[in-house]
Amino acid sequence: MDILTSALSPWGESILVRISWDLFWAALVGGILFLLSHGSYMLFSPHHKRASDDVDKLEAAHASLPPRIERHSFVARMFHWVMAFAMLSLVFTAFLPVVGVRFAWVQWHWMAGILLTGAIIFHIIHATFFMDFWSIWISPKDLPDAKAEILRELGADVDAPKPGKYPLGNRLYHLAVLVAGLGAISSGILMMARVRTPIFERNPFWMGDAAYGLTYVVHGLTGVGFVGMIIAHIYFALRPEKFWLTKSMLFGTISRREYLEHHDTKRWVANK
Amino acid sequence: MPASIRDVMPAFELFQPASVADTLGLLERHGSDAWIMAGGLDTFDWLKDRIQKPKVVIDLSNVSELRGIKERDGGIEIGALTTLTTITRDPLVTGKYRMLAEAAGLVASPQIRNQGTLGGNLAQDARCWYYRAGWPCYRAGGNICYADTPTSLNREHAIFEADRCVAVNPSDTAPTLIALDAQFVIMREGREQVVSAQDFFVGPGIDITRLTMLQPGDLLTAIRIPGTWAGKELFFEKVRDRQVWDFALVNIAAAIEGSASTITRTRMVVNGVAARPHRLEAVEAFLAGKSRTPEVAEQAADLAVAGAEPLRHNAYKVPLVRNLVKRAIRGGAEWTS
Repeated sequence: MDILTSALSPWGESILVRISWDLFWAALVGGILFLLSHGSYMLFSPHHKRASDDVDKLEAAHASLPPRIERHSFVARMFHWVMAFAMLSLVFTAFLPVVGVRFAWVQWHWMAGILLTGAIIFHIIHATFFMDFWSIWISPKDLPDAKAEILRELGADVDAPKPGKYPLGNRLYHLAVLVAGLGAISSGILMMARVRTPIFERNPFWMGDAAYGLTYVVHGLTGVGFVGMIIAHIYFALRPEKFWLTKSMLFGTISRREYLEHHDTKRWVANK
Repeated sequence: MPASIRDVMPAFELFQPASVADTLGLLERHGSDAWIMAGGLDTFDWLKDRIQKPKVVIDLSNVSELRGIKERDGGIEIGALTTLTTITRDPLVTGKYRMLAEAAGLVASPQIRNQGTLGGNLAQDARCWYYRAGWPCYRAGGNICYADTPTSLNREHAIFEADRCVAVNPSDTAPTLIALDAQFVIMREGREQVVSAQDFFVGPGIDITRLTMLQPGDLLTAIRIPGTWAGKELFFEKVRDRQVWDFALVNIAAAIEGSASTITRTRMVVNGVAARPHRLEAVEAFLAGKSRTPEVAEQAADLAVAGAEPLRHNAYKVPLVRNLVKRAIRGGAEWTS
């Protein structure tokens, strides 16, 4: 399997051109294998759910909370779905031609990229000034939670970690999307200088062949990375034990019981 | 440098099948390792320059069933391996579709027309010299178009439908066959597939590494021309730098129905201006029911070049297309008003 594709420049130098499309297939197969292996594991491994009695006691102790707790504001949900639309458009327009579905994909791809960039800029401003900015980031304080989560998955009888607003998995995923997203967007903007768009004046020599080769490789690597991440994201969103989170991204709220069962009320203080 | 040895053929496994069935068997066995050779006129440059290095070459010259011209359903069917010279002389072609005979007769030189085939003329690759030199451009699987920069030599390149790559389709027969509403017969995975001439050619937006829809393993076997435009007014004109052995800067093919004074229906296609033959559908729609007057021709010419985006050195193609459209509308006659 090839990883990168190189070519000889007009000056006889070996330069990177892009990733090998073998990596796309690797990401696709890897994502599906992860899905199957995790699904099988979840089917046969012991699961630890907080005892119903414990949650009943918590509900009794927090009876003053409203029955529905807002988890995602309307604006945050709109951002999520706009970003999802842009991401899926980007992945499909990029890789459908690779699997043999021919269409004029470039214009749709860069337009989806502009939409994603705009959404991300909006999200940065919104998250910085209107949301609990630090609630999505990971820190060394998460290590005990991570350890407990792993031990529970392996069958050990330890207390379930109770995160703040976002479970550790969510925050790790956000970090991965952040890194890959910034890589894809920055490389994509540089690549747009090589195609005709109404946004930039085309200048294919804005950087040298070697620098552009690296840019295409970064774009390709982040692109195939998103293939695997999107498969994993959709899979977890549809898993029965996570579906309450998915519903909250649709309707904005979770139940009081879900809030108390899955979250640390001190780390995420719900609005009353 | 990629292009180094020009006189010696590289090593490859050569097959010379004698039937379509054998050819398809070889294509199935060797897949994308196989290179199909008809007349060899496009092939030998690629091979000798070491730009293309196929492991297997399938020489079709012994497949006699791919040669010949016959009547079919009021039109004709031309085997893909029929030489261009044969087409220029065939009474069926000259009698019904003189435009195709004229186009075939204006390809390159007599020697090349004796060896070159209709299928090869249709399926030939782009002539962009940056691409043919083996540079890693989009069409070669790279990430840049060397012909679309401020300092590029792009006098012969595209003014329409550029999408990263600005190479043009060099065929003379392709626009005539689109104007005649021909259909191409392709053998794909053992099955016959018939596509319209227009759909046979693809632009860089759809597939930047190919000029046609042919994929590895496909074999173009025949070209069917319906009787729709047989005997109608047909016009072909090719403009090139020298009057022999040259590709078109721009060529035009037009099939016109109507009278000396009025056009009722037309199909008009220009080539050499985009990566696929550029059908002038707006002109066709405009001309329906119009009189043949200088004013109408002028308006049609304006429509023909709407959306043209010339590169640094090929803006001359815009007035060239305009004038060819006007000449096609006028045909051989003088203006009626």
